[in-house]
Amino acid sequence: MKSMLAAFFAILAIAIGANLVLSQAGFSSKERTSSSAVRLDP
Amino acid sequence: MTRILIALIFVLSIVTPTFAQSTAAPDRSATGGAQTLEDIMARQRGEEVDNSFRSEATGDAARAAEISRQLGTLGGNSDPELWRALRFGSADVTASNSGPAAEVLIQGGGMSWLNLRSGPLIKYGGGLLLWMIGLLGLFYLIRGRIKIDGEKTGRKITRFKAAERFVHWLLAGSFLLLGATGLITLMGRKFLIPAFGHEAFSVLAIGSKWIHNNVSWAFIIALVLIFVFWVVDNIPHRTDINWLLKGGGIFSRGHPPAKKFNAGQKLIFWSVIVLGSSISVSGVSLLFPFQFEMFAATYAKVNATGLGTYLGFGELREVLAPHEEMQYAHLWHSIVSFVLMAIILAHIYIGSLGMEGAYDAMGSGEVEEQWAREHHSLWVEEVLGPQVPHAPPAEAKKSAVKGAKKAAVKPAKATAAPKAAAKTPKKASIAKSAKLAASKTKAKKNDNSEAEKTSK
Repeated sequence: MKSMLAAFFAILAIAIGANLVLSQAGFSSKERTSSSAVRLDP
Repeated sequence: MTRILIALIFVLSIVTPTFAQSTAAPDRSATGGAQTLEDIMARQRGEEVDNSFRSEATGDAARAAEISRQLGTLGGNSDPELWRALRFGSADVTASNSGPAAEVLIQGGGMSWLNLRSGPLIKYGGGLLLWMIGLLGLFYLIRGRIKIDGEKTGRKITRFKAAERFVHWLLAGSFLLLGATGLITLMGRKFLIPAFGHEAFSVLAIGSKWIHNNVSWAFIIALVLIFVFWVVDNIPHRTDINWLLKGGGIFSRGHPPAKKFNAGQKLIFWSVIVLGSSISVSGVSLLFPFQFEMFAATYAKVNATGLGTYLGFGELREVLAPHEEMQYAHLWHSIVSFVLMAIILAHIYIGSLGMEGAYDAMGSGEVEEQWAREHHSLWVEEVLGPQVPHAPPAEAKKSAVKGAKKAAVKPAKATAAPKAAAKTPKKASIAKSAKLAASKTKAKKNDNSEAEKTSK
């Protein structure tokens, strides 16, 4: 049971970590498909 | 006379297809060679329309209207040519936004993908999952829960150590999340929006996207770890043939001998590894759109082997629009995921409701010795040594229990490596008592003869 809970916690940690890393990696659609001339945020 | 007949057949065989072709070609003189109403209607009926008369009618100045005529305003080219070039992806487009997809303004394959995605994919994919759930329900009604046949010993054997269970749940937990959010993403428009409305589904869809994109990494990591942990125990063995021939003993009395993993579990393992890897690769290509051109490269390889023609697909297209790469990746990702989900449903059933004692293997990691002897007899022998024969002498039985307890409980808690835990007690128990060693030899002979009988 401990292993299961630890694994579920690890899933959460990996997901949050992945989100942080990927949002900094410059691969978002906004960064890949637009230039400085395009304003997407309101 | 025979010669004339042969000549006639020969001439007819040549003329007939020509005649058929000439009658099949539609008359487009009324539109000056452009598509007719019948072309448009045929396309709307979903019929296959040969678009080559349009897609190839670009860039040829000789075919264009003269500059002095109404449609000749572009100096040998015409507006319709430009639209045709845009329609069939051959126009020289410069876009202010970047990325390969930006320069494809009209992508015909998108409609086929959309039709597949919102129709057959949901119908047959969802149908497969419902079919599997129904099949398992039926199986439960017919067979019931598979019980432990023999008397429970009360002794426990360590089946999976904590690290193995952790990785299993890392894979299982992430897979369940990915499966659920994948289904919401695929089927939400059809089933959830009509039920809950756009506002509520929007929140659910955004959450699903976040979970699906980020939890995927946990799945990939767990997949690699699972492979490293269990590949050795999942290499096919000759005992698997016997196990499969007996259907795992599901409908018959008795249990075919099996090592740590039986043939059924090995099939699950390799399905997870192969299909899971395929899902991961296609998933990563979807996470980083337009970065990997997997399908065009694969089609080129398939064409080189001649496999496409052999299977009746003809020559596969080796040049795909960037969107098409993504569309094929999405379809492949979904189809393979549906197959793996169906397999995993069966795995979840047999590991929980379907079999008494099976869940303990991944719950606490400690399984009832009798369960282990019934389902993984060869593995138990590896861990504890051969089983003491029927009605052993009291002293031998005592020693065997002592040995078993040492093998199962203490080393499992004290040591991390299962192999070491498996081998040490075996040797220790042999060294402990000459009587036990003798009874084990006898037991092994009996077991071997039993195993032989079973395999016969």
